[in-house]
Amino acid sequence: MNSGGEYLALVLGMTSLLEVKNLRVSYFARTGEVCPALSGVDFDLGCQEILGVLGESGSGKSTLAAALLGLLPFNGKIQQGSVLFEGRNLLRASPQGLQKIRGGRIGLVSQDPSSSLHPTLQVGQQVSDVLAAHEALDRRTLREKTSHILASVFPEDVERISRSYPHELSGGQRQRVLIAQAIACGPSLVVADEPTASLDPTTQQETLQLFRTLRQELGLAMILITHNPALLAGLADRVLILYAGRIAEIGPAAQVLYSPQHPYTAALLRCLPSHFAEAQNPRKARLHVIPGEPPDLSLGENGCPFEPRCAERMEVCKRDEPSAAAVSELHEVSCFKFTG
Amino acid sequence: MQPLLKVENLVKNYAAGRSARSKDKLAALDGVSLSVLPKTATALVGESGSGKSTLAHCIACLEHPTSGSISFEGIDLAALDEDQLRLLRPQIQLVFQDPAGSHNPRWTALEIVSEPFFIQGRFTKPDRAVRALQLLDRVALSRKMASRRPSELSGGQKQRLAIARSLALEPKLIILDEALSALDCSVQAQISNLLLELQSSLGLTYLFITHDFRMAAHLADQIAVMHRGRIVESGPAENILRSPSHETTQALLGATSRLVESPGVLVHA
Amino acid sequence: MRYFLRRTLHAVFLLFGVSLLTFLFSALTPGNYFDEMRLNPQISQETVAALRAQYQLDRPLPVRYAHWLKAAVRGQLGFSFAYNSPVAPLLWVRARNTLLLTITATFLSWLLALPLGVWSASKFGRAPDRVLSSATAALLVIPDLALALGLLILAVRTGWFPTGGLVSLSFDELSAFQKIRDLALHMALPVTALVLATLPMLIRHVRASVAEVLDAPFLRAAQGHGIPHRKLLYSYALRAAANPLISLFGFSVGTLLSGSLLVEVVMSWPGLGPLLLESILARDLYVVIGSVLFSMIFLVGGNLFADLLLYWADPRIRAAASAK
Repeated sequence: MNSGGEYLALVLGMTSLLEVKNLRVSYFARTGEVCPALSGVDFDLGCQEILGVLGESGSGKSTLAAALLGLLPFNGKIQQGSVLFEGRNLLRASPQGLQKIRGGRIGLVSQDPSSSLHPTLQVGQQVSDVLAAHEALDRRTLREKTSHILASVFPEDVERISRSYPHELSGGQRQRVLIAQAIACGPSLVVADEPTASLDPTTQQETLQLFRTLRQELGLAMILITHNPALLAGLADRVLILYAGRIAEIGPAAQVLYSPQHPYTAALLRCLPSHFAEAQNPRKARLHVIPGEPPDLSLGENGCPFEPRCAERMEVCKRDEPSAAAVSELHEVSCFKFTG
Repeated sequence: MQPLLKVENLVKNYAAGRSARSKDKLAALDGVSLSVLPKTATALVGESGSGKSTLAHCIACLEHPTSGSISFEGIDLAALDEDQLRLLRPQIQLVFQDPAGSHNPRWTALEIVSEPFFIQGRFTKPDRAVRALQLLDRVALSRKMASRRPSELSGGQKQRLAIARSLALEPKLIILDEALSALDCSVQAQISNLLLELQSSLGLTYLFITHDFRMAAHLADQIAVMHRGRIVESGPAENILRSPSHETTQALLGATSRLVESPGVLVHA
Repeated sequence: MRYFLRRTLHAVFLLFGVSLLTFLFSALTPGNYFDEMRLNPQISQETVAALRAQYQLDRPLPVRYAHWLKAAVRGQLGFSFAYNSPVAPLLWVRARNTLLLTITATFLSWLLALPLGVWSASKFGRAPDRVLSSATAALLVIPDLALALGLLILAVRTGWFPTGGLVSLSFDELSAFQKIRDLALHMALPVTALVLATLPMLIRHVRASVAEVLDAPFLRAAQGHGIPHRKLLYSYALRAAANPLISLFGFSVGTLLSGSLLVEVVMSWPGLGPLLLESILARDLYVVIGSVLFSMIFLVGGNLFADLLLYWADPRIRAAASAK
């Protein structure tokens, strides 16, 4: 099995697998309106590291996934920034170069398994196609490799599943097929966009466990994009909080999730209903909410985007945007509470 | 106290074989019995395929059960004819999971909320508009939203709209079929608060269908756990959470327990 | 299998019904072949009556139909008054000529429509797509008759193409290669007319179906896996857009015998079209019924073919069909 991540770790030493610098992406509507979906995103990803990107609707998380792979829709433009992957700037890559990297070096697990698979092709075929797109293999080898890959995500019944069509599989099984497609060519990075959104809890846990196993066996780095903080606990090494197209906070998962520094992160985590009555949110009581709504980015207002809803806002928050400040090693927060 | 809703031995079969005459039957519901008291909230928790949505559809009279009975306020639903059923339907309302798919994309929010009035032929035209706006107020949708189309509303706003519409005909029972699952966490919290507040002010009864044990635990008084078409465990929410007895319940609880409970408190590793 | 049998049975019933209706309508139209003769004072009434009796035109309708049906099932489609010969062989020859034309034209149309439609869809809304759309719109608007006549004028003016007929008079004396060349030259203009008439609609359908699919999530997911562009368009997009196009193809097959009447008549191609026209005008009853029946067999067969293709191509239809 190809352990691309391990190989790279050796070759590149401790340098980052992925370096995103000052990424700015906007959507242009026909009416002339410009919506800045990402406004200066900076982060690094090391080999075999799992980065969780936590953001709600409108935070820009799907835009981030699309921008990394050059899959923005027609009206989306990358205005600034660089994405260095294995030393190459993806934003400057040619279409052919990008095509080789997609699926080959970076795997993508798309949202919504029920609509991300071709409806009239057998799933085995769909996995084979990914292999065939990046490696020149004869038929027999292709078939063997496909079986092998499917066996790594499906514990049993590989033959039958390989010959099935998407509509004959359950939600969890389809999700596994998407994962199989993403890891087929032994990439060093997998970007998973809401990988467990439509699944029930047991299947969710199985999928997350699968990610853990794959990271171990294949030496994968992962970017896990979700709006559910619960998924990242116990899986992600670092967590990045995205709000209104900017990074609010980034740091080791334990720190960000259990002692959040940014007011938004803290407010978000307080919204979760508790499991047992003795914790902060007793049963049937009002949950903490974040007042207000996420900002309308096309209005292009000044100041910190979270300011209107922030319980700890200050005068300076209305005027300027905070820059990232380190609260501890590896943990950065973009908030005036820390930049002074 | 007489239960508002009483389901007894409900069975729902679907033909699973190659022809309609085939003997293979898929038992979506395999003898379900449930009692819901008025002004309470009951949660039906289970995995995909456990039959919870089928049960919801049967109660809402969207499907006919194969056998068994459903009685609402003591009236057996199967004994009613079409006209009587139509009079009863406003009392049982359904809110669905998919905020985008629940609304006619060409109508404005105000028209969507007024639709039930048209269907049931109630109130005069000016009266409808007034009542519709009142409904929007009740779910904290600002009046600016009244003229917007669903595509211009956020997920949370669409769900509020769905809830507003379900309140139009003053129902007694609202069935929420995974109504919060597709929403962001902070929005789930907002809608959850709204639902609790509506329950206390309007005396509503809720039936939550969900696979999110956390939300079920938070919102419901009673929890019933479903597995393969049967209710395997049911009782007060507190009891189920503290000492789940059936393995399905334990598995579901276990799956959701490895989560962030609240900042600073690590419950399970 | 059951699906196939059900569909075939359905088709047979349909044919039966059509034959009955055609017979009824044709036989009920006022007049018959011999009316003209009756007006001719040189032919005695007895002769006319005798001829009518010979062709059984004086028997009641149901009897005639039953008689015809019995013979039809055995492959004998009656007798042509005008040509004084059995209908079936007459129809075969003409049908063959028509099929020669229409099969070539249909093949070429689809061969061109698929890539053009796919390419147009991939450039949806942009300049190349708009140019092609305008061109197809223009062609759609021009009546088939005008196209055929225009080509005929071209033939007359330039002398590059013959102006009618299947083959030249000297056909039998030509070598094999020359025969093919001769036939091809004669076919060129009618085929062009047919292709120009059907191509625009096909392109638009292909474009619409594929464009709809290009927005689908699974295509973007496939792109995310690095599937090369050409494969994305054909193996993924076109394949997913195939259902309406397969139905359309069934329709193309269905109109193989009936769609070329106008072009054949204008360009003097000795096919089924001109025969049908003549026979209607001459009240040559059995030829009319036979031609219509032939065309119907193709139409019904074409639909059946499309249904079967759909069943084979789309696993979801297979699943739904077996669940019934």
